[in-house]
Amino acid sequence: MKSLPTLRNVDTERRLFQTRVIVACAFMGVLVCVILGRLVFLQVINHGHFTTLSHENRLKIVPLSPPRGVIYSGDGVVLAENRPSFDLVVVPENAPEIDATLRELASLLSLREEELERFSRQVRHSRRFEHVTLRSDLTPEELAIFSVNRFRFPGFFVEAGLSRHYPLAEATAHVIGYVARISQPDLDSIDQANYSATTHIGKTGIEKSREESLHGQVGYQKVEVNAQGRILRVVERTAPIPGADLHLTLNVGMQTTAIEAMAGRKGAVIAIDPATGGILVFASTPSYDPNAFVNGIGRTLYRSWSTSAERPLFNRALQGQYPPGSTVKPFVALAGLEFGTRQADQQTWCPGWYSLPGTTHRYRDWLKRGHGHVDLEHSLAQSCDVYYYKLAEELGIERLHQMLARFGLGQITGVDVPGEGAALLPSPEWKRRTRNLPWYPGETLIAGIGQGFMLTTPLQLAYATSILATRGEAMVPHFLAQIEGGEEQPPIQADIYRRASVDLDDDKHWDIVIAGMHAVVHGATGTARASGAGSPVLFAGKTGTAQVYGVAQDVDAKTQEVPDHLKDHALFIAFAPLDMPRIAIAVVVENGGGGSSVAAPIARRLIDEFFAEDEPDPVSSDG
Amino acid sequence: MDRAEGLWGRLHIDASLVGSVMVMCLLGTVVLYSASEQSSEVVVKQLIRLGIGFVAMLGVAQISPRTLSRWVPVIYLLGLVLLVMVMFVGTGRGAQRWLDLGFVRFQPSELMKLAVPLTVAAFLSEKVLPPQPSTIAVSVLLVLVPAALIVKQPDLGTAILVASSGIFVLYFAGISWRFMRNSALLGLAAAPLAWFAMHDYQRRRVLTLFNPEQDPLGAGYHIIQSTIAVGSGGIYGKGWLNGTQSHLEFIPERATDFIFAVYCEEFGLVGVVVLLIAYALIIARGIRIAVEAQEMFGRLVASALTLTFFIYIVVNMGMVTGQLPVVGVPLPLVSYGGTSLVTILIGFGILMSIQTHRIFHAQS
Repeated sequence: MKSLPTLRNVDTERRLFQTRVIVACAFMGVLVCVILGRLVFLQVINHGHFTTLSHENRLKIVPLSPPRGVIYSGDGVVLAENRPSFDLVVVPENAPEIDATLRELASLLSLREEELERFSRQVRHSRRFEHVTLRSDLTPEELAIFSVNRFRFPGFFVEAGLSRHYPLAEATAHVIGYVARISQPDLDSIDQANYSATTHIGKTGIEKSREESLHGQVGYQKVEVNAQGRILRVVERTAPIPGADLHLTLNVGMQTTAIEAMAGRKGAVIAIDPATGGILVFASTPSYDPNAFVNGIGRTLYRSWSTSAERPLFNRALQGQYPPGSTVKPFVALAGLEFGTRQADQQTWCPGWYSLPGTTHRYRDWLKRGHGHVDLEHSLAQSCDVYYYKLAEELGIERLHQMLARFGLGQITGVDVPGEGAALLPSPEWKRRTRNLPWYPGETLIAGIGQGFMLTTPLQLAYATSILATRGEAMVPHFLAQIEGGEEQPPIQADIYRRASVDLDDDKHWDIVIAGMHAVVHGATGTARASGAGSPVLFAGKTGTAQVYGVAQDVDAKTQEVPDHLKDHALFIAFAPLDMPRIAIAVVVENGGGGSSVAAPIARRLIDEFFAEDEPDPVSSDG
Repeated sequence: MDRAEGLWGRLHIDASLVGSVMVMCLLGTVVLYSASEQSSEVVVKQLIRLGIGFVAMLGVAQISPRTLSRWVPVIYLLGLVLLVMVMFVGTGRGAQRWLDLGFVRFQPSELMKLAVPLTVAAFLSEKVLPPQPSTIAVSVLLVLVPAALIVKQPDLGTAILVASSGIFVLYFAGISWRFMRNSALLGLAAAPLAWFAMHDYQRRRVLTLFNPEQDPLGAGYHIIQSTIAVGSGGIYGKGWLNGTQSHLEFIPERATDFIFAVYCEEFGLVGVVVLLIAYALIIARGIRIAVEAQEMFGRLVASALTLTFFIYIVVNMGMVTGQLPVVGVPLPLVSYGGTSLVTILIGFGILMSIQTHRIFHAQS
């Protein structure tokens, strides 16, 4: 034996073990007696009672699925509804020689190879005696053909039900999301009894985040069956409680305008009511048809979407991460004012480039010849880079980070659809933690013009803009306006969306920055003055052109031929009117080129439409 | 020195164990035929699985306990790795329990049902018994780590079974009664914590036990209907294929977890006693193998596996008769379903290996 502290005594061990075996046997004996006792209780003592119950047990309980809530837009358009449908389903255990039957059916209903594959996959993964859908939403012809030939297909039958439909399809896919068949992972997160008659569940978007409200409460009916199990009559019925209808803040008219204005380009357009946080427009283009997912998407179609370079399934508005570019400048300017680093009228000399003291690397301004002497208002109006290089250097990354974080950049906004991206507001601490590298001064400079590591989602930009618009009121962006019907719902209090406001030391700083943003669209030299001309209301904005890749120093980017996917992103943020703003907008056009030429006109179209609706007379512009 | 004599011994087959298991399987198949609405397809599938299980059982019986005890820690570690993998790349219905290896889908927690007790036994049989506190601590860790990973999947039922099979080894190794009592008290004290950690559906199952009418569509319905089936069976039963509860589809999962309800309805109390006797034969044989084993490893493994087998039976019967919450534990050797059947048969293969690899000192 090995060198053990105590010698093992084989006999003691054996005796000990035998005692344990005897005790275990006694334990088993007791348990068997308990089971037998229970069986005697059920089968002998209460046998009469249970026999009566089993004779009367011609009543079966059949669950009834609640109709799912309808989703409406703020302007009363149906965004998600239920349509009657007929599905061809099979209980594999009741279908003998299922392969032969399937072949026969395949020729009759022209089932595709792909459908058959999906079906056999589902059969393998299905529980015993579970209904497996072969084809959803049969056409009237298919329904007729099958019904006439039904006797040839034992175990196959048609089930009537409701099928989810999204009338606006692509236009609202990235907001509403879609429902699809309940998957096994879904089962863990739901009350399975309540879903006993439900086949579909929200997978993304509002359909997912508001699943609880939309679903409703299962009902059931007691039915009498004969000895063969066929239903004779309904004895008792507890109706399901339909899911609640949802009213969203989304404005379909403007949503459609935004998508039209994007004109096939990739990107996102978001408009928020800054006073409430209600989202009016939430467009991510290109988009996809959510109806394709409801009854199982074909593999070919799914592959074409998921591998497309256009990435239609990708929710750019929610998850797209873009350098904010110059749209970050109003917030940097605010930091300069708040920390006392800049006065509004203090001038910075812009020769067209900037260098850190003691270095030769030139950080270029977008305008090669420079902007000359610029104060804060002009720095925004003309989007002078040098002004912000210098300001960022003087502020330092910590203070810059502190101010931008107050506007929610690089953080999840908390919008009521799932899957939001956080993006990134860099700091020295972040860089040390993730890359184990020190922060370099040059990185502060480019952070000042929204480049480098900094990434924001379009939604974050819109949210930050809405805070700016209301001079500090922070309302969480959201879609849900009202829940109607369903179980008792307390009315939604506007205040649940209110976050701690952004308070400045001096409220005048808001006015200074907003005046600068006003000059962007209405000033004589504003970068977006073309988009401001003739506007129905005065508004404030800021253009941004975010570099996708670094251009070598002293090379004029404009003369270089750049492939499409490396072209600059065009951005624009805006809000209107200047006082008591009612709409805050963020536009991002991927590889769109310039913010002023591409993104700003899209925001202008939204502003035109928004104010045309209730103020038919355009305000004469005096800017 | 001589090896076990006879043809059976040379083939490493324990005839009485195989015999009683076969009787049990036969009984199971007869019930399954009724429970599956006389589906020959289901019965054939089950027979194929039984065939695979028997081959595995005979195969495992050829491996000597020494080899087993040497290799089982490796299998245990492999099982742990697979369990961790399941968390990331697992598939499955209801929970992430399966690993898809391309040609076959595989449930690592099933592997652990055997690997845990064997590993603990291999570990303890090297030590002086009754085990020292440090030895107990290591053994408990060996049990709790895989159990925790399985709870995560989430599969509480399997986790409890895996953990108890390991605890049984400790029990047979002779940990003090006081230690067991204190652990049990600690467990009771922690029960409220477990309640908060439970998923909603799990809590409902426990509550349903006390008030089945509360939840007529969910687990409560199962309990009500299976109790009616059992009670209406009476002493002699309604006869094979004549259970109304079963054939009018009042009993859910009647081919799998609730097959005992079908059995009780059709064969009555008399049938249950026959079933229990058949099980008792298997268990008695297992205990005998444990007592006759020459080495501590064999004793611990044989006794723990036998006791675990018994616990399966009790948990399933307790669930069907409404005494325990509804956890998905099949009735061993009777319920329809492949993986656990094969595991149980492999367990019997290990018992046979222990029995037939004994070394006899020359006497004759």
